[in-house]
Order: sequence, then structure tokens, then C-alpha cells
Amino acid sequence: MTAVLQVENLKTHFFTRAGVVPAVDGVSFSVNRGEVMGLVGESGSGKTVTGFSIMGMVDKPGRIVGGRILYQGRDLANLREREWQAIRGRHIAMIFQDPMMTLNPVLKISTQMIEAVQAHVHISKQAARERCLATLARVGIPSPAERMDAYPHQFSGGMRQRVAIAIALLHDPEVIVADEPTTALDVTIQAQILAEVQKLAEGSGTALIWITHDLSVVSSLADNIAVMYAGRVVEQGRAATVLRHPAHPYTHGLIESIPSRNKRGVDLAQIPGMTPPLLDLPQGCAFRPRCPNATDACRADQPPREMPTGQMARCIHPMRESEVAQ
Amino acid sequence: MTEALLEIANLSKRFREDHDMAARLAARMGMGHEPATVHAVDDVSFSVAPGEVVGLVGESGSGKSTIGRMIAGLLPPTHGTIRFEGADITTRNRAETTAAALQIQMIFQDPMSSLNPRMRVRDIISEAPVYHGIITQSQAREFVAQMLERVGLEPTAGDRYPHQFSGGQRQRIVIARALAVSPQFLICDESVAALDVSIQAQVLNLFMRLRRELGLAYLFISHDLGVVEHISDRVVILYLGRVVEIAPTDALFSDARHPYTQALLAEVPRLSFEKRRFEPIKGEIPSPMNPPPGCHFHTRCPFAGPRCSREVPRLRQDGPRAVACHLEDGGVA
Repeated sequence: MTAVLQVENLKTHFFTRAGVVPAVDGVSFSVNRGEVMGLVGESGSGKTVTGFSIMGMVDKPGRIVGGRILYQGRDLANLREREWQAIRGRHIAMIFQDPMMTLNPVLKISTQMIEAVQAHVHISKQAARERCLATLARVGIPSPAERMDAYPHQFSGGMRQRVAIAIALLHDPEVIVADEPTTALDVTIQAQILAEVQKLAEGSGTALIWITHDLSVVSSLADNIAVMYAGRVVEQGRAATVLRHPAHPYTHGLIESIPSRNKRGVDLAQIPGMTPPLLDLPQGCAFRPRCPNATDACRADQPPREMPTGQMARCIHPMRESEVAQ
Repeated sequence: MTEALLEIANLSKRFREDHDMAARLAARMGMGHEPATVHAVDDVSFSVAPGEVVGLVGESGSGKSTIGRMIAGLLPPTHGTIRFEGADITTRNRAETTAAALQIQMIFQDPMSSLNPRMRVRDIISEAPVYHGIITQSQAREFVAQMLERVGLEPTAGDRYPHQFSGGQRQRIVIARALAVSPQFLICDESVAALDVSIQAQVLNLFMRLRRELGLAYLFISHDLGVVEHISDRVVILYLGRVVEIAPTDALFSDARHPYTQALLAEVPRLSFEKRRFEPIKGEIPSPMNPPPGCHFHTRCPFAGPRCSREVPRLRQDGPRAVACHLEDGGVA
């Protein structure tokens, strides 16, 4: 299968007064048509900055300092803002955690959506409206014709997120970057959105990059998973492989600290310590100070290597099968 | 069962819309409308035994935080009683209320908004115990060091300010402050929701260790069923201000009785090794301003019958469990 989007050794650094923050430091992955790629990490792991880089939305003092973002053979990493405008929203769209970040609170939904359509294609207002109605119906908004002329505050949180998804879908983009789109939603509403997204990815062949801190959500949605830690992908591969046979001790620790994986009343398996500040990363493997398997050899940089179970991991002391509790 | 530590009975909270000047004027001229009323909490009863952890689960608008706030004394109930160690804390005099308030401490979701950024951690932790005469000012330094050690922070952390700590550490400071007045009962309102998974595990372990060491009882308010399953002995499920089901944790997770609980359990994301299909229940959570008649859940319930929109289901006790559904009480016809 051919990749729709390929990220190669992406480096996005922030040049702050306190020093250079390597928020994304050599991230590579690719997504295929109709596949869901789960980008998993905790706060400060660089998952959101990776998403913003793909969208060409990294603001000062941040800058893409290396690597390539290949979309249909074209490198997006060094595009000018004008060139970006032709791609963003039309070929690559984004869904944010907070739909109010997408929606303008003082404009009607219809105004905003029609503007988004006409920004990329020259069609009449009436035709644009028709397209908006069809898209709203696709994401499961009941009676879209009536709801379309309402303001964002007249929608519930779940409905607003549906509108935001509809806006992302207006031009049937090849790639959608979704940054924690269900984190702020209630459980029953989250399940509704996940179901819609699943249908869309399968039906239209859109490639989806799903950025989240929640392994449980991504485990039932993604084809592939990349786990990020301190600006780097520490492990990536088929979702089932990574979750069933985590090789990197960090991935293993993350999976084990999910409450439902543990016996009730017994202490949760925990990863000691906390994420190191990006300004002051330990040499070599950034997870070294928290890692149970760490040795002196971990002070050297670890390239990603292939594990016996098939995924790639940046670790010279991967978890052995016997240590991975099922 | 032993004497309950906390017992709430028929607790209700209504919020009324405040009329602005124009509306008051209109009312005086006979053109007003009734102020909108939200039944945030509607006739809720349950109890917590000494040393027990009760999980309070619900989605937005279920009233879970309002219940927590009423128990902590931050909101007066509109109706009903809250008994702590047998005495009603909503009607007692000031001195007794203060004593009860010390016994019940609350821990919120966002530690940064519950810590004064201009105070040193030492002063944050020692303020309440010094004020209430539990310790003297001269004992404060040692006392704070003890408290910090108890929650797994460096004893020297007292000299620093909240912004110098990470999110997980700040939550530990909040917990240390709560423990400083030797409470028996902690209300945790989404206390781990804002933390990263690996840090969340650390804080949950801390809660469990404190429970073992100090015999604390908890009301653990959360929307995260995974967390609640892990930490609770019993679970209370709320929907739009009413209790729909109460059950011991194992029983609830293996055999949920109420259709809403079943739907919640089916939809909670769990770690799976295969992609799965999401089969969500339809519909939105109705507005608490205008909840559906009868059983609040009937608009989304796959088993609803005519009786469900007519009659409010009773919370029927059945051994250690209780469920409010007509299916369990004579049918929906």
C-alpha cells in the first residue's frame, strides 16, 4: 500500500530565551489510505507539535529545522504560507480537542462552513450550502437544515465536535490530523464520535492521524501506533503487536499503569519519576532515569531497531516476552 | 454493616435562574416568566462506611460534583440531610459545622487553581492546622516536613512555590494540605483526571496507601470508570441528578442491572488488542433544565416502554445492590 503522508526524521525545535527546546526530534512515520495511525504520548512528548508541523501551523519561536513531510511526493516542510493555504483544510485537515478552537463564537455555523468551502473551490453560495448540509448529515447532526443557522453556543459539546469534524470533512481531505478530539467529551458521546470517525475512515479512505494520551481509545481504533517520549518515537508498529508485546520499557509501563489492567485494591504498576524537562534531557535514551532496564550503555543514542515481534523500538534492553504480563 | 460514617438522605439541590433587572421589572408588571430551575441533584440517598471508598460516577450534568460540594459544606442543600458520624451537618451550629468541615476535606481536579501561587508550600500546608490550633507556629516546619514525606515529596519542598512543581507533585501538595487537619473523609472530585497516565497511577497508589495507613474513607467522584473500578469498594451511578444504580464494584462491573450502567460499561474505552466496532447508545444527554418526564433515561434507553415516560422508577434495594429501573420492578408496559 502506498503512503499518503510520510514524515521523515522531522525535527521541530523552539528557540526560547532559555535555550533550544527540541519538542520534536527526529520523528518518522507514514500513514496509508484508510488507515488510522495512533500517535500516543504524555504531556510534553511532542505529539501535538508533530501534528501542528504536519499542518504547517508551528508558530514562532518554533521552526521545522530538519526532516521532510512528504505528501503525494511533495515536501511540505519548507512551504511558504501561501502554498500552505492551498493544502491546509483541503488536502490535510485538523480536528482539535476543543471545538471552540475551530468555531468562531459570533458567527453562525452556516457562515463559517460556507466560507470554508468557498475558500478552496469557486462555487455558488447555494451550492456551498448544499455541500455543508450533506456533510453535517454525514457526521450525524439531526435536522441539519434547521441547525445550520444556529450559533456554536447553541450546540452541546458533542454536537460542536461533530460540526468541527464536518468542517474538516468538507473537502474530503486525504489526511485528517485529530488532536485529542474526544478527550473533553462524556463517555457515551465519545463512543458516538469514535463510531462516526471509524465509519468515515473506512468509507472515504481518509488517512487519520489520531493524537492522544489515551492508549485505551487508540487501541480499539488504530491500525498502527507510534509511542512518543520526550520528542522522539520510542516504539512504533502494528497496534496489536505494540500493545500485546510492548518492547520499549516506557510503552510497557504505560500499558501497565492503566487502572483496568490491574487487580482492584492492589497497587498500580507505576513508572517512577516524571518526564524530564526538554531543555535538560538526559544524554542518550531520555527514558533512562526512569527505566528499570537501564545500564551505562543507554547513555549512547539509540537508533530505532526492529524487534523480534516486528515493531521498531529505540531500546537496547527491550522487554522480554517473559516480563510482559498478559 | 457498621455505623455509616457519612449518610446522605433525600438530598436535593435546585439552582434557580437569577432574574436580571429587566426580568424583575417585567415580573412586577405581570409579564414575567417563572425563573428556570435546574434540579442538579434530585432525591439522592447513599452512605459511606468508615474506611470505605465509594465511587460516584456520572457524565456532565449528573450532579456528581454538586453532591461532593454539598457534603464538603461548600453549597447548602435545598432539601434532605447529610449526616456525618450520626449528626446532621446541614443544621448544626457554627462550631460543630467547623469541626465537621475539618473531618471532611476536598481535593479538586486542577491543583494549580486550588493552590495560592504566591504562598510557599510550607505556608499552604500549615495555614489551616495553625489556625485551628492543631499545631503551633513553632511546630509548623517539622509538621510540614512530615506531611510532605507522607505524600512522597522531599521534606525540603516546603520552601518552594507551587509553580516550581509538576502537575503530579502539585496534586500531592493539595493532598498534603488536606491531610494536615487529620480528616477522616476525603472527597476527590476528578482528582486524577488532569494527570498523565503514568502520574495518575502514582497518585492513585498514594490514595490507596493513605487509606491503608490512615483508615481514610473516600468519595471518589469521576467520569473514568477504569479509575473507579480500580479504587472503589462500591459504586454509585448517577444520571441527570438521580441515582440509577448502587452496587459493590465487582457486582456492578460483572453484572450491571440498569440499562444506562450497561451502556456506560460497554462504551468505556478499554485496552484491546484488536480494532473494535463502537456501538454507541443514541442521543444526547438531555438538558437538566428540562429533563424528560418519568425515568430520565427513557429517551435513550433501548428497553423503554410506556411506563418509563409516565412514572419515576423507585430505587429498589436488593441486598447490597439497588437499582432504579422499571425492568427490575414489574416491567415497562
